[in-house]
Amino acid sequence: MTQADLERLYEAMAHQIDSVGVDHAPLYLAKLALLLAHHLDDPETALRSIADAARSLDAGPAR
Amino acid sequence: MKPAGKSAHESLYFDYPHFEPPTGPARDTLRDPVTVAIIGAGPVGLTAALALAQEGVRSVLFDDKASFNDGSRAICLSRASFHIFQALGIVGAFEGKALGWTTGRSFYRGRQILEFDMPDSPSERFRPMYNLQQQYIEQFLHDAVAANPLIETRWQSALTGIRDTPDGAVLTITDPVESYDLPARWVLACDGARSATRALRGLRLKGENYEGRYVIADIQMDHEYPTIRRALFDPDCRRGGTVLIHKQPDDLWRIDYQLRDDERTEDAMAESAVRAGVAAVLRDIGHEGPWELEWWSVYSANTLALDDYRDGAVFFVGDSAHIVPIFGVRGLNNGLADAANIGWKLGWVLTGRAGPQLLDSYTAERRSATLDVFANATKSARFMTPPSPGWTLMRDAALSLALDHPFAGDLANPRQFTPFTYAGSPAVLADDPAFASGPCPGDLMPEARLDAGFLTDRLQPGFSALCLDPALTRAVNDAAEVGLSAMTLPATPGDHLDAGPATAYLLRPDGHVAARWKSASAALVLEAFRALTFRTGDPS
Repeated sequence: MTQADLERLYEAMAHQIDSVGVDHAPLYLAKLALLLAHHLDDPETALRSIADAARSLDAGPAR
Repeated sequence: MKPAGKSAHESLYFDYPHFEPPTGPARDTLRDPVTVAIIGAGPVGLTAALALAQEGVRSVLFDDKASFNDGSRAICLSRASFHIFQALGIVGAFEGKALGWTTGRSFYRGRQILEFDMPDSPSERFRPMYNLQQQYIEQFLHDAVAANPLIETRWQSALTGIRDTPDGAVLTITDPVESYDLPARWVLACDGARSATRALRGLRLKGENYEGRYVIADIQMDHEYPTIRRALFDPDCRRGGTVLIHKQPDDLWRIDYQLRDDERTEDAMAESAVRAGVAAVLRDIGHEGPWELEWWSVYSANTLALDDYRDGAVFFVGDSAHIVPIFGVRGLNNGLADAANIGWKLGWVLTGRAGPQLLDSYTAERRSATLDVFANATKSARFMTPPSPGWTLMRDAALSLALDHPFAGDLANPRQFTPFTYAGSPAVLADDPAFASGPCPGDLMPEARLDAGFLTDRLQPGFSALCLDPALTRAVNDAAEVGLSAMTLPATPGDHLDAGPATAYLLRPDGHVAARWKSASAALVLEAFRALTFRTGDPS
């Protein structure tokens, strides 16, 4: 995946989250995670990603 | 509960019998010692009595009620339970009335997201599941008990005391006439979730309670739909909740619907609330005709069990030993498997065909089975009634995704009852490593077509050696061991047994594989039979 691909994904997700609305965002993101994991077909990588993405959720400004 | 003006035993479709306590000459022998006292004449106690009688052992059933349990309660009987009834010679009545089924459908907001079929094939004697109201289950079992000279039943007779003795226990029984004591060598506590026996022994169930509550209601209506279990997730009639619909004989339909957190149980149980709840479900499934309310109750999921199913001379059997969630229909079926398990084991010990160590395998096998049920049912319960925001979000994500991606629908598959394997039990041998596949020791022997019939129709009572080589069959039968018979399987029994020309499978009386050998001999079979029946010091 190129830098340009990553940017396209980033933008598409931003648009889609705004489009479904904040109320539906958690459900949408959970569906997306299940669907991507299904296509990934690599349970260990998916499980690692599930844990990794939970890190630093409340990261404040650097001191 | 029943509609206003109806007694507990008034039904749209079932005539409840009335049973008197012992009268006349029967009272002269009330205090006589009994070999096996069975507390509770529900489906589990009745099955235990029949299983003991099949082994030639007398028993006395005690029940504090004057009739069967009111309401249709447990309605799903698994294939394994039908095999238990088949082994007891009473399956005909059940086959004649119950509705067999294989298919379930799940819906999310009115759209079907999953259709699943439980394993079935022409080589199966029975369907994976049958729906039948519990009153009929009790009636058919009671018909067989009443006709059996080895079983005495005392109705309106409650257990009110129990104390241990060196030879068993002394029971205090209270009936409308008096309280009396009688000695019992063994006691089977089949008295259900609120077991009096368990309370008298000071024992407690341990485990977890789940939040979700369901109203379960039975209605009678003329409604066209095949015998397919329907699960409605987040339907119009119950936003955020789950509804289950099952067809039963006599145009009865079981409707389970989940209560919202803000619905008080007392309010939801009012007749008017149940009528409104049912009517909303019926609108959702397009039923516009009349219907009548038969019975309702409320239910919440628990996974609770005793640490040990035996306490001295008392064995706990069925719901007295464990309470499992309703999802996956494992409550009654698990209890019937308990009853069959303790029935043959105690029967063999009391008739001298097995040593007392065989009884130790009861808790080992059946408590492990319950823990397995807990693991599966907990999965189902979390899907049906998610316990937290995270479980709710993922459940909803799976359901929503399943509308367009069938793979996600499999997360809604309840994975119904499959028989537990007793691998590792003291009452099965280690596997022969020469096998690459096929049923292992501990597994329930798979059903098979034999000639015009089925394997399970041909099995004799007791242990059965299934041999590929007719000479081995003759050699085992020539040994004339009481309780062991051999039969020859067809030369090509099918790949599912991974059999060679000298292969043998040894089955226990309950149809589970006790041992198997790729290359068997009569000596191996006889040695295994003696080891598994714990008869030390036998002449060999």
